[in-house]
Amino acid sequence: MKFRANLLIGGGLVALAAVVAVLAPWIALYDPVLDANLMNAEIPPGTEFIFGTDGQGRDIYSRIVHGARISLTVGVVSQIANTIIGVTLGLTAGYWGGWWDDFVGLVTNLMLAIPSLIFALAIMAILGPGLGSLLIALGLTNWSYSCRITRAQVLSLKSQGYVQAARILGYGDFRIMFTQLLPNMLGPIIVIATLGMGAAILAEASLSFLGLGIRPPFPSWGSMLSEARDQITTAPWLSVFPGLAIFLTVLGLNLLGDGLRDILDPQSRERRA
Amino acid sequence: MTDLSMTETEPSRAAAAPLLALDDLAVHYAVTGRMGTGRRMLKAVDGIDLDVKPGECLGLVGESGCGKSTLALAIMGLVPPTRGHIRIAGQDIGAKDRPDRKLMARTVQMVFQDPYASLNPRQTVRRTLADPLRLHGVTDRAEIEGRVADMLARVGLRPEHADRYPHEFSGGQRQRIGIARALILKPRLVICDEPVSALDVSIRAQIINLLLELKDELGLSYIMISHDLGVVEHMSDRVAVMYLGRIVERGGWREIFENPRHPYTRALIAAIPDPFRQHAATARDKAKGEIASALNPPSGCHFHPRCPMKQDRCTVDVPTLDPVTAGHGDIGHWAACHYADRVGAA
Amino acid sequence: MTAPALLEVENLRIDLVGEETRHAAVEGVSFRIGKGETFGLVGESGCGKSITALSIMGLLRHPLAIGGGAIRLEGKEIQSLPPGQIRRLRGRKIAMIFQEPMTALNPLSPVGRQIAEMFVLHQGASWSEANAKAVEALRQVRVPSPERRVKDFPHQLSGGMRQRVMIAIALACGPDLLVADEPTTALDVTVQAEIVDLMRELCAANGTAILMISHDLGLVANICRRVAVMYAGRVVEEQAADEVFRHPRHPYTRGLVASLPLLGSRAAHGRRKLAEIAGTVPAIAAYPKGCRFNPRCGLATEICRVEDPAATPLPGDGLVRCHHHD
Repeated sequence: MKFRANLLIGGGLVALAAVVAVLAPWIALYDPVLDANLMNAEIPPGTEFIFGTDGQGRDIYSRIVHGARISLTVGVVSQIANTIIGVTLGLTAGYWGGWWDDFVGLVTNLMLAIPSLIFALAIMAILGPGLGSLLIALGLTNWSYSCRITRAQVLSLKSQGYVQAARILGYGDFRIMFTQLLPNMLGPIIVIATLGMGAAILAEASLSFLGLGIRPPFPSWGSMLSEARDQITTAPWLSVFPGLAIFLTVLGLNLLGDGLRDILDPQSRERRA
Repeated sequence: MTDLSMTETEPSRAAAAPLLALDDLAVHYAVTGRMGTGRRMLKAVDGIDLDVKPGECLGLVGESGCGKSTLALAIMGLVPPTRGHIRIAGQDIGAKDRPDRKLMARTVQMVFQDPYASLNPRQTVRRTLADPLRLHGVTDRAEIEGRVADMLARVGLRPEHADRYPHEFSGGQRQRIGIARALILKPRLVICDEPVSALDVSIRAQIINLLLELKDELGLSYIMISHDLGVVEHMSDRVAVMYLGRIVERGGWREIFENPRHPYTRALIAAIPDPFRQHAATARDKAKGEIASALNPPSGCHFHPRCPMKQDRCTVDVPTLDPVTAGHGDIGHWAACHYADRVGAA
Repeated sequence: MTAPALLEVENLRIDLVGEETRHAAVEGVSFRIGKGETFGLVGESGCGKSITALSIMGLLRHPLAIGGGAIRLEGKEIQSLPPGQIRRLRGRKIAMIFQEPMTALNPLSPVGRQIAEMFVLHQGASWSEANAKAVEALRQVRVPSPERRVKDFPHQLSGGMRQRVMIAIALACGPDLLVADEPTTALDVTVQAEIVDLMRELCAANGTAILMISHDLGLVANICRRVAVMYAGRVVEEQAADEVFRHPRHPYTRGLVASLPLLGSRAAHGRRKLAEIAGTVPAIAAYPKGCRFNPRCGLATEICRVEDPAATPLPGDGLVRCHHHD
């Protein structure tokens, strides 16, 4: 296979983030919440605290390592929810057409017209801050792209002979959707989900930054940035390292998404001889 | 509209009850014009009487837009008739009936034109053949295995092909898989929609021979849809020629090809490039221009704007499908042309 | 041969260039077309007939490239001309029509303008002159009421009408050679018959030679005086058109002719099992050694598996590439 830089770098960054998140309790040097010690407040990066400490003397490296768990959980879980919603709506709308298609199309357009962050903000305002409400807010507001992609794929696959053949063999609608259509459009769906994951991590950071996401003292990259706001000139390492973590993870997800698009593109995968 | 059925004038064939009988079948679609105004009726199929007997191959000929694809969909129960009836192996499907899809699936199947688009690229051959069996209540694993293996052998594939994916096969092999899928539920009627026209020329004979062998071995009936008159003549027992939603001529293959009585059939035959033809086609054999839209069909005989023999009457009167040879042979020869006798005299 | 041929293709090789590989998609292809002659190139998909046509037009694009041989137009080599000069030849000297006119026409421009463009571009006509000529050109290809049709966009025309427009564009500047790549494959048979008649008449009237490319042996034999049959990147046989049909010399051509269910043969001889050609067409990267038809050939012997047969002249005028042609 050809060397693909985006796939390799993106996959590497995402894998690194995932490994860090899974191994957080073992690779963290301190407890991210309990090991506060005002004696150690705002120590710049050095040998003892490699990323420095924050205003309450907590080790920033350990907080970022634990924050990876929250950020990735938010990204993965909310994106699974978005994908399930989007794919289900897109499949049924594209396959059945008619009023249901019109209705789904209308809702999708509404969702696209409202910035999803504003929508998520509204949900968070109702549900209150916390991981659970964050997952709900982000998992319900970002499915429009997967819905549209799925519907477009269904429309182009629906007329294929094998879908017709399945109808003629007596397959029911859902069986056709899940055995004939869905497996043949996984590529674009995975790409959209990967790219969406990056967006969800950014959205988590934004919401937490606004104080609506993860509540202190629990570390998420966004809430760490939020807390570091006032010290950005006096202790820049408080913002730089969580910011870098967000940047690298989202960049990794976007590169991975692009790389996956290259190899999963159905046109390059199966071309007539 | 004529409602004479084939069997009335065919005493010797009347004994064999038709497997499929179409009675004044019509399929109309409502088409909304641009800007959402002016709903018009697209008469894709407009009053067709036709039957197919057990073990028979009926050739269905016509150009794009003549309604043959819609007719095929209607026979398979995938679009409801607007008018008329489809009687097929004990089921009677009219405008208000919902066909039993599973029963239909065990009765009528279809072989598609494009062997590349007609197989699910994510399914192995085994799954393509075994899933329908499971869906239709075959639960015994050994039986499923046996039937899949048997079907692969029948269509000329090897047992180890079962675990491969479609992209590992050539076009001809894919068409064999498509045929296997169509036959796995043991249907009685198979609609072959241009089964060889997407294949390489050197592969076509293999598939045509295979289809004919399977028909004899399994006692199948075919509706052979094709624009290749050579293929239709080779395979068919009877032939029906469609033009803009109606049948304009039908009869035994020999009558249709040796003694066509509709100017359109003559034009179709004359249009085949054939270096062995004795005499060149003359102007009176050729059709002018192109098929009209089914949304706005010409008055009278739909073919009149293209017809080399058009008379004034043709623009007004709709010709009915009438016998042109009463009692000649046992198959009958019918044409929908006011001047069928003159066409024959040419 | 006395007069230089209009088009002479000699020992043409077209490569399919991979990252590290180079496969000859077309190899050792030679033929000549005289002025006003109709010549057919027949073969199945993947045999190299279309890319041969594209190479004549100077339209090969990566990963395809000419790997050797010569293409001469009136004795002048054109395969290595710079793009600008090739472009000047296209339209003026050689023109091409394609299988699907919809993709070859500009969907956003009225067809009259697309025809007129040819006169402006190649003959330096003014737009008003050119527009008048466009109407005339449409009348020539027997488009009804051409004055109104010039304003139509391609999607407003039927497939047959679009192909007529393509022919009008191709013949606008009176080229010496018309390359027609499966021009009627997408059309219905009755329309195909009309288009073929039209092409034949217009080209005969203007002395335009035709290079007709098709998978349909019957169609080509009907139109063309001479036919070359291609298989797996090689011309396996070249003969006068009726001879190819009546006395095919290469086992592949024989197989093809015998495998076609010809109209009328059942009435004459009863229904016989069609002769099959075993196996499948090989892919470019997997062309067999020796004669490329040998794995599918009933006559194949040891020499066929080892040695590539040379082009043997046939009595009369023609050639065949087979160790066992007699």
